[in-house]
Amino acid sequence: MSIDMRKTSDYLMQHAIYIVLIVLTVAIAVYDPRFMSVTTIRDILLQSSTRAIIALGAAFVLITGGVDLSTGRVVGLTAVLSASMLQVADYSRRFYPDMPDLPILLPILLAVLAGLLVGIINGTIVAKFSVPPFIATLGTMVMVYGVNSIYFDMKPNESQPIGGLRKDFTEIGSGAFGSGDYSLPYIVLIALAISVIVWVIFNKTRLGKNMYAIGGNVHAAIVSGINVQRNLLYLYAIAGALYGLAGVLEAARTGGATNNYGNMYELDAIAACVVGGVSTAGGIGTVPGILAGVLIFGVINYGLTFIGINPYWQLIIKGLIIVAAVAVDIRKYLTKK
Amino acid sequence: MAEPEFLLEMHEISKEFPGVKALDHVSLKVRSGSVHALMGENGAGKSTLMKCLFGIYKPDAGEIFLNGSKVEIPNSKAALDQGISMIHQELHPVPHRNVMENLWLGRFPVKGFGPFQFVDEQKMRQDTLQLFNDLQIAIDPDVLVGKLSVSKVQSIEIAKAVSFNAKVIVMDEPTSSLTGNEVEQLFTIIRDLKKRGVAIIYISHKMEEILEISDEVTVMRDGKLIGTWPAAELTTDLIISRMVGRDLTQRFPDRSNLPGKVVFEVEDLTSAFAKSFKNVSFALRQGEVLGIGGLVGAQRTELMEALFGLRAVSSGRFILKGEEVKIRSPIDAKKHKIALLTEERRATGIFPVLSVLENTAVAKQAAYETPWFLLDEKRRVADTEQNIRKLRVKTPSIRTLMKNLSGGNQQKVLLSRWLLTEPEILLLDEPTRGIDVGAKFEIYTIIAELAKQGKSIIMISSEMPELLGMSDRIMVMCEGRVTGIVEGSRATEEEIMRLATQRLA
Repeated sequence: MSIDMRKTSDYLMQHAIYIVLIVLTVAIAVYDPRFMSVTTIRDILLQSSTRAIIALGAAFVLITGGVDLSTGRVVGLTAVLSASMLQVADYSRRFYPDMPDLPILLPILLAVLAGLLVGIINGTIVAKFSVPPFIATLGTMVMVYGVNSIYFDMKPNESQPIGGLRKDFTEIGSGAFGSGDYSLPYIVLIALAISVIVWVIFNKTRLGKNMYAIGGNVHAAIVSGINVQRNLLYLYAIAGALYGLAGVLEAARTGGATNNYGNMYELDAIAACVVGGVSTAGGIGTVPGILAGVLIFGVINYGLTFIGINPYWQLIIKGLIIVAAVAVDIRKYLTKK
Repeated sequence: MAEPEFLLEMHEISKEFPGVKALDHVSLKVRSGSVHALMGENGAGKSTLMKCLFGIYKPDAGEIFLNGSKVEIPNSKAALDQGISMIHQELHPVPHRNVMENLWLGRFPVKGFGPFQFVDEQKMRQDTLQLFNDLQIAIDPDVLVGKLSVSKVQSIEIAKAVSFNAKVIVMDEPTSSLTGNEVEQLFTIIRDLKKRGVAIIYISHKMEEILEISDEVTVMRDGKLIGTWPAAELTTDLIISRMVGRDLTQRFPDRSNLPGKVVFEVEDLTSAFAKSFKNVSFALRQGEVLGIGGLVGAQRTELMEALFGLRAVSSGRFILKGEEVKIRSPIDAKKHKIALLTEERRATGIFPVLSVLENTAVAKQAAYETPWFLLDEKRRVADTEQNIRKLRVKTPSIRTLMKNLSGGNQQKVLLSRWLLTEPEILLLDEPTRGIDVGAKFEIYTIIAELAKQGKSIIMISSEMPELLGMSDRIMVMCEGRVTGIVEGSRATEEEIMRLATQRLA
């Protein structure tokens, strides 16, 4: 192979994820030209927004070389928490029948804090007690679901789906600047803002650099004088807060919540991250990559349904993409023969 | 048919990687019953040549003859089948299984009939004992490999090679983690193998060893063959000059540092662990290089890590510039302007998947923080570039990933990481391990320069010439105790060896 060809192929490998995203979109559009419309793009972005926030949260943990299984259950917890405090006053099955309407930011903040708290607990178990992240977050995943279910089962709600959410709350999830074809949903803007903030943390702050260092070689990080325990605590906490925010947005977007919200979202988040080039061995991952990973699944979910592919087949295709993406990506790091 | 003159002949082997000619028509001829040393700086192509022999790489051109007939070696299994074995520098045993299972892995003897085949443990044990007996290795076949020392694991690897009826055994830096005593044991085994007609290709950077054990020496440089000579005709200086392609009049730079007043004292330091160091006291002067000598197991690294707050101590005091300080973590150590270059560069030094920039800036990150938690990227880049230039790190750019640099350049990046923190005391644990001769000299020059600037340096070294050539004073340890501190200019190898073995039975 000539040097030029090798350079080209190296370039393609480095950017495989973006190419896959484009090829996938074009392929679906060729199959059904109606796919390329403003509505489609807006719908995909809308559905990908909370997933992007969740995946970015999960990336904080993945890049340190850990894994967070509590993701989905935290989403469920904060969806229920925020929804339970943001129902209209005259709703018949109100969670808190006699509570006055709260300023909208208060329940949102409380829910995000709940996510943050779970993150702090995860971080403490991992950093202070040296429990492997997989086990630590498996434990909190189960516990958070338990806590959420107890809350959800309290009188007078008794495990009924929480509905009748306030208009100002659901507006966050379904409203948009402008109207019709050329509107920009708030939730997309929020995801975009979060992406920018996370990008800054990853690339421009000490915490971000320490995250890559801890994932890159934890022993070297300790020797370099990085306070690994404290940094891990912060990183897990931020991850938890992002899941918390995503849970609130899920409730707002769908106009309701149950204790099963967010179930298995951790797997979608991990899949989006690894497809987007995050290394499960730690130390590697970028925000644009993760967003591309999320969008690939967004395009698959929406696009394959759009062209009428059986949802069971969609699962098989998704699974194949996860494995294939990592098999291709790992080539970058294997020593060449 | 007459015995061919050479047991193994690699003829005009070439191998190209993108952008690099790793091997350029290299020939190697090895006689049976001899030790053939293969020498060259890191990157000279020694490993690539051996990987071609062992079927890990496929050469682009060239032929391999074994016993005079041409052979094809498409993979490692083919190599083993033809009688070629390799003992890698880093051994990878299965630690949780016992000695004999490791030895016969993949070819367990079985008993039984039909589909009912069971591992014949008894036969395996007998075969193992027989083999060990032949080679005069004393290891219990039933003990877990994870409990054995590196040298014992290596003996098992050699026994394994012999059990494959190996005619050619390649040993890649076999003594890099052995003590003096263990090296002698290895040499006894090697001499025994020679008598059996086995050819040994011996890769090492240690000149004294090469001159002692080998019959012939082949030197490579930049992927090319420089030549093959009988070992008897060579001297250390001659080998080095052929390896680096220039006359090396001296292996160590001139040192003009003048040790000043005492800056750091360690008083009666005892490890929290019973089998580690005990009652260690010493004083370090400003602008001094204090060497620490001793055998593997002398607890030198453990002491060094305790000075850096990585290991717990049960008693003792640190006195920095007349004031007692606590050093309980690397964070404390850094605050007191102490830096540590660890022994295991890969395991505890580098971030392989991060760039040279990140690897350099990592220990100084806090100083780059501006209000709003953002890092001053301009200063990070400027500092890194300045240090990379100063230490003459060879890297395409500061964005290059650390794993793509050679060992010597990685070590220089790690040095620049710590120099950025402006340390006053540098702890260097085997700073030139696994680094080629040219880069070694550069590291020595940097150390000498730092001492001249008034930095105090503690340097562990297992290489006697390095210890003698670089230290103002040498502290020798044995089994966790300081057995003596001698002046570097007056010390002799014999004296240091005597101190290093003083407490051994």
